[in-house]
Amino acid sequence: MADKPFDAAAYVDAVAMVVGLSLDPAHLPGVIFNIEQIAQMAGLLMDFPLPDDAEAAPVFTA
Amino acid sequence: MSADGLSIAAAVKAGETSAVAVAEAALARIAARDPVLNSFTTVTAERALAEAHAVDAALARGEDPGALAGVPFAVKNLFDIAGVVTVAGSKIDRDLPPAGVDATAVQRLNAAGAVLLGALNMDEYAYGFTTENAHYGAAHNPHDLTRIAGGSSGGSAAAVAGGLVPLSLGSDTNGSIRVPASLCGIYGMKPTYGRLSRAGARLFAASFDHIGPFARSVRDLAAAYDAMQGPDAADPICTDRPAEPAIPALTRNTEPLRVAVLGGHFAGEGIAAAAVASAAKALGATLTLEIPEARRARAAAFVITASEGANLHLADLKRRAGDFDPGTRDRFLAGTLVPATWVIQAQRFRRWYREQVLALFHDADILLAPATPCSAPLIGQPTIEIDGAEVPMRPFMGVYTQPLSFIGLPVVAVPLRRSGEMPIGVQVVAAPWRESAALRIAAALEAAGVSNAAAANG
Repeated sequence: MADKPFDAAAYVDAVAMVVGLSLDPAHLPGVIFNIEQIAQMAGLLMDFPLPDDAEAAPVFTA
Repeated sequence: MSADGLSIAAAVKAGETSAVAVAEAALARIAARDPVLNSFTTVTAERALAEAHAVDAALARGEDPGALAGVPFAVKNLFDIAGVVTVAGSKIDRDLPPAGVDATAVQRLNAAGAVLLGALNMDEYAYGFTTENAHYGAAHNPHDLTRIAGGSSGGSAAAVAGGLVPLSLGSDTNGSIRVPASLCGIYGMKPTYGRLSRAGARLFAASFDHIGPFARSVRDLAAAYDAMQGPDAADPICTDRPAEPAIPALTRNTEPLRVAVLGGHFAGEGIAAAAVASAAKALGATLTLEIPEARRARAAAFVITASEGANLHLADLKRRAGDFDPGTRDRFLAGTLVPATWVIQAQRFRRWYREQVLALFHDADILLAPATPCSAPLIGQPTIEIDGAEVPMRPFMGVYTQPLSFIGLPVVAVPLRRSGEMPIGVQVVAAPWRESAALRIAAALEAAGVSNAAAANG
């Protein structure tokens, strides 16, 4: 995850605008809580060194 | 009702009863008992009787209606049923037109002679482990009506555990078959990712979406699984491998299987650990193996699920967020905001982790793990106590299931029934495409009397 503390409220504000999501203020605390949870989970992953040849395995057949 | 599906099929075929009488009895049980269980959202009575008549007519003509002749079943309400709106636990999807054709899994069970009774309650869009649905109400655990049935396939588990139908279908993305099977004390199977066609089943997070059966006997689970196997061009991840029937393996294959217990992340505590220990003892398993980085695997599954699930519902999240279940809404909204690099890292981690886990199958054919960290919590209970710490109940129910579905391993959830206490399940995990091995071990636990899935109302 980010090296400095994650400002979830600012992030939600900015990215919701980018994806075109206008959030009901009543939903905002729950959304911030959930993006913090996801960020915490992502932190575990972004910390983990993966070899360059660890390629995702999508099921796509041309 | 205590008879399993194959006993019913045998009685129907022997002329001891008729498929119509069996369907009428199931409809009567649903009418009498479902007002308290709240497992059904739609009962397809007319269709059930028509299908049952067709089974009886086939028998009268001297034809074999199939392995599941006259066996009543019902499906999680994310499976398409022709003429019924596929709501997937939502209010929003009530606006969709009725499904035009049945899901592949429904077609195949029908083709084996099974009789469809209706559609079952679930967490909205399958995003949850509790089936406390704001639109349709909570599904109640047949063993204690004050407790959850688990989720997201909670109605599917409650209907079988409550003796309404002997067979049902659910879907499992992160544990949605195995969690409710554990909490309701029945058998549940999540086959290898790609084994069974998902065509006509509403997706949630396609990277991990599986479908599978619930039953009260291992042979019913295997018979339903066998009936649904086979390629299907309508599902892009459905395997082209030919069907590998499990029923013959259950009765004839005696090749020894090496069983190990999973340690580390899966060691569990309290009754979850005790359940694994009693299964291991019955199977003579002494080896313990550890899956590396299972905690990160759960995290990766969490991130991918949030992102894929949210993307699928983005249009409705923008337009009518207020119509979502408050229990899923904020998670879906947050999932729309996940940066791409987290998701790609999670998918790359999945590849790395798969290689680590597959290596364990050099030393064992079967891995045992808890299915849930505890037995069924109360409806509305916000937290559970794990290792002396209070943790949020809803996400934590998947702590042992999520790192396994993440790489699509086949798992049978096997219920351990403890007298006077709520049931809890054990995951019997096999290498990819070795469902038969997992079913054989489940059958061994059933035969040894360690596992029992009798209906809650006898």
